[in-house]
Amino acid sequence: MEAIYAFCVGILTTCGFFLVLRGRTFTVVIGLTLLSYAVNLFLFASGRLKLDGAAVLGQSVEYSDPLPQALVLTAIVIGFAMTAFVVILAMRSRADQGNDHVDGQIPEQPSARLSASDKRAG
Amino acid sequence: MSHLPILPILLPMLAAVLMLLPPLNNSISRHRFFSMGVMFLLIIASASLLLTSHEQGTQVYVLGGWQPPFGITLVADRLSTLMVLLTCVLGLGAQLYACAGDDKDGMYFHPLFMFQIMGINGAFLTGDVFNLFVFFEVLLIASYALLIHGGGKQKTKANVHYVILNLVGSSIFLFALGILYGTIGSLNIIDMATKVPLLDEHEQALAKAGGLLLFVVFALKAALLPLHFWLPKTYAAASAPVAALFAIMTKVGVYSILRVHTTIFGEDAGALASIVIPWLWPLSLLTITFGAIGVLASPNLRLTTANLVVVSAGTLMLAIAMEREAATSAALYYILHTTLVTGALFLIADLISEQRGKAEDRYVMARKMGHSKVIGIAFFMAALTVVGLPPFSGFVGKILILQSAHGLVEIMWVWPVVLIAGLACLVAISRAGTTLFWRSSGDAGAVEPLSKLKLIAVSMLLIASPLLVVFGGPITEFTDLAAAELHAGPAMLDAALNSAHEGGKQ
Repeated sequence: MEAIYAFCVGILTTCGFFLVLRGRTFTVVIGLTLLSYAVNLFLFASGRLKLDGAAVLGQSVEYSDPLPQALVLTAIVIGFAMTAFVVILAMRSRADQGNDHVDGQIPEQPSARLSASDKRAG
Repeated sequence: MSHLPILPILLPMLAAVLMLLPPLNNSISRHRFFSMGVMFLLIIASASLLLTSHEQGTQVYVLGGWQPPFGITLVADRLSTLMVLLTCVLGLGAQLYACAGDDKDGMYFHPLFMFQIMGINGAFLTGDVFNLFVFFEVLLIASYALLIHGGGKQKTKANVHYVILNLVGSSIFLFALGILYGTIGSLNIIDMATKVPLLDEHEQALAKAGGLLLFVVFALKAALLPLHFWLPKTYAAASAPVAALFAIMTKVGVYSILRVHTTIFGEDAGALASIVIPWLWPLSLLTITFGAIGVLASPNLRLTTANLVVVSAGTLMLAIAMEREAATSAALYYILHTTLVTGALFLIADLISEQRGKAEDRYVMARKMGHSKVIGIAFFMAALTVVGLPPFSGFVGKILILQSAHGLVEIMWVWPVVLIAGLACLVAISRAGTTLFWRSSGDAGAVEPLSKLKLIAVSMLLIASPLLVVFGGPITEFTDLAAAELHAGPAMLDAALNSAHEGGKQ
């Protein structure tokens, strides 16, 4: 179980960081969402993974740590609010700048620039 | 148990909520009066909290009566109460300025402002790392909204970068907290400090990774070198009162490094002692250097000021890297000075750009400036202070920091870098002054009226500088005590925690 869990968190984080480094706001927002999923799973695991362990006293023989669950709950709420904000901000930026690039302008493609200069030379 | 330590968090929160409800919600003038009144109350509350913590020792407030280390605590010692008072004073200045008209550009300026103050105060007062994260988020989401307040292309663009960067920062913060909780088993700063030296060898490596990840997050907030690129554009794009308030935001990062990495990973942390110091030395020196280059290269006064914030953050980090009481005390004095003066300089930049028509605050020839005497005096005073020339507080602060480097090997780096960066700032800011005030063509034209409220706000922040010099003795005594308290190590902190235990039981 631990291996699969760790693998999932790792994949989510990698994908999240990859997407955050892209140039368009949409992929960046998706990347941030994936990152927050990864973080929530990771926080949950910080109290050790345990099967059939209740977090409330008197419910079972084995107990699991209740604090990470509280932390994850807080992190989910905050992450949700932040995602909502960044979605609205991305739409606002799309409207203000006229494109969805994070820098507000789409950089010229090197190949396009080359062909343009070729034309000028020709 | 006195409820004073939670007032700096509760007051702005309640004020912000009340301002969203009738009868206050629809009138900007009611907002202004109400939030001004709350600001004064806040200053009184934080000043009395400072006095209490000074006279009666560290105040530990146990929220909901849940015993530490399980429950959440607020720790009001000299350092945190000093920062809270500083926030409230700067907040009052920025708010006075905003009341002269900048708060009408969009909706809900004052509630957002109050939420921002609440987040900053909470970050300073909390004694729990996860709670620190929560208050970081409170102050960040308020700052996102304040930054874009008023709208416009520039603000949206700067805000997209700022928000995305900080959201990634928050994720890293949570990763770090997960690692630290998984290894140390606690999130209470005092409790963590006592448990860190007892870690196993294989846990030490993990805890070190967690501690350094936390450092990355705080360095992002404090604008340390490779993570400082967001700052100049963001601060230059924000409206003046917001930029002035943001002057304290980098100090939240500096404070967090001071708190977490001196208390938890301080000299008593065994194998994990001083894990950030090898990073802090070169990064802070480079931050000062690149900040100074930025100051020289800035095309307008707002960007210059933003780069001065970077330089000051580097200087503060340098003082923290020295890891000695005298240096920490000097850094605390320097924080007071630099926060208020850079805040004032952002406001002055706005006053100047109002008077220069289309040229705004860019360093180009423009029409003659109206009210140039009053604004000129304010600018001259702020400039002298910010570059660290006598007789103002910048000079004293810089001397204190340079003095505390005595006897260290690194002094051969500290002195030249700080002094040459100071010279670069002096050159840049005198060029700025001559261009803005003297290189003019034609007549003044229609002189824009100068709002009295704005002038009061600026002079209130500026007057702090001579006051910091005049009352330098008591203030440095206080910062000495605060630094000693911070460096005292877990033993003394434990005593504070135990007294809270007993207080909670009563």
